Amino acid sequence: MSNNWHLYEVFIRSKNGLAHKHAGSVHAADEETAILSARDLYTRRGEASSLWIIKSSDIIASDPGESGELYDPSDDKIYRHSTFYPVPDGVKNM
Amino acid sequence: MSAAKKYIGAAKPTKPETVYMLRLADNALILGHRLSEMCGHGPEMELDIAMTNMSLDLIGQAKLLFEHILTIEPLAPNADVLAMTRPLEQYSNCLLVAQPNVDFAHIMLRQYLFSTMQKLQYEALLGSSDKTLAAIAEKSLKEIAYHIRFAKSWVLRLGDGTEESRDRMADALDCLWRFTGEMFADDAGVKGAVETDLSADFTKGYKNWMLEIEGVLSDAGGLTPPETGRMIMGGYDGLHDEHLGHILADLQFMQISYPGLRW
Repeated sequence: MSNNWHLYEVFIRSKNGLAHKHAGSVHAADEETAILSARDLYTRRGEASSLWIIKSSDIIASDPGESGELYDPSDDKIYRHSTFYPVPDGVKNM
Repeated sequence: MSAAKKYIGAAKPTKPETVYMLRLADNALILGHRLSEMCGHGPEMELDIAMTNMSLDLIGQAKLLFEHILTIEPLAPNADVLAMTRPLEQYSNCLLVAQPNVDFAHIMLRQYLFSTMQKLQYEALLGSSDKTLAAIAEKSLKEIAYHIRFAKSWVLRLGDGTEESRDRMADALDCLWRFTGEMFADDAGVKGAVETDLSADFTKGYKNWMLEIEGVLSDAGGLTPPETGRMIMGGYDGLHDEHLGHILADLQFMQISYPGLRW
């Protein structure tokens, strides 16, 4: 049965103001059943206030073979991190 | 088995309020149990979880109702004894909820027919003179809205799907339609609830319910309810078919073999 079902990636936002985060994937025949299945599988314990669904085949991913040229150049540029600045009191999310 | 631990059983409700609430509780318990039988047997993992989620919603509703009944009339020492030790003829669920899990089409159509009725039945409790019952109904209606959305999408999908899925949905409709009249019967149980201001009369919504269902079935591959000479009734009065007996053999085993057993 799953042979002709699509794979969808599930993103959950736990509360307003935060970003959607990847939670996992579901198999489904279409968008409506995908969002129902995602709700049933990933929000059973009060995890979500919002859900995003996207077909896995619609995700454009970087090539693992190119990870050297894409990501290594940033490894030695620590001055790009914000760790040199003190976090103001009372800031919870950055 | 020592005398002190001997199974005593639950008393029959005598007040119109508890008679009616026991009916609501039994509907939720028995359908919840039916769905729980699908745990590990769903056609897909996603649907397996969906059915057991609905099962837990319904058993949760039943638990709240059984516990509330006991505060009004002490029929049993606790909700477990009330839920799981009565003889068959003291269960007052409608016949539809005990119908077997023949296939996924049967399960989804049974859910759709029941949940759309349950929505009207619980909306009629929102203005109840019993504030606790109104609060239970309000909480449950959110769950029911989801059950309807889920089941309706599958009734449409299977009816309007492949030749085989449409045949299965048509077969489910032929089997289950005869049990729908009972859910809206304006019988002594409903009258008692209306007279005591426990509930508004939801059975007046029967015609609109029928129109809504016929519309959805029509969209589901042009299905129409079968000609039914006589609706089959009796569950609300304890006259059950053999399916409930099979459910009780499973549901009651632990509580009757080990009275007072707790998780």
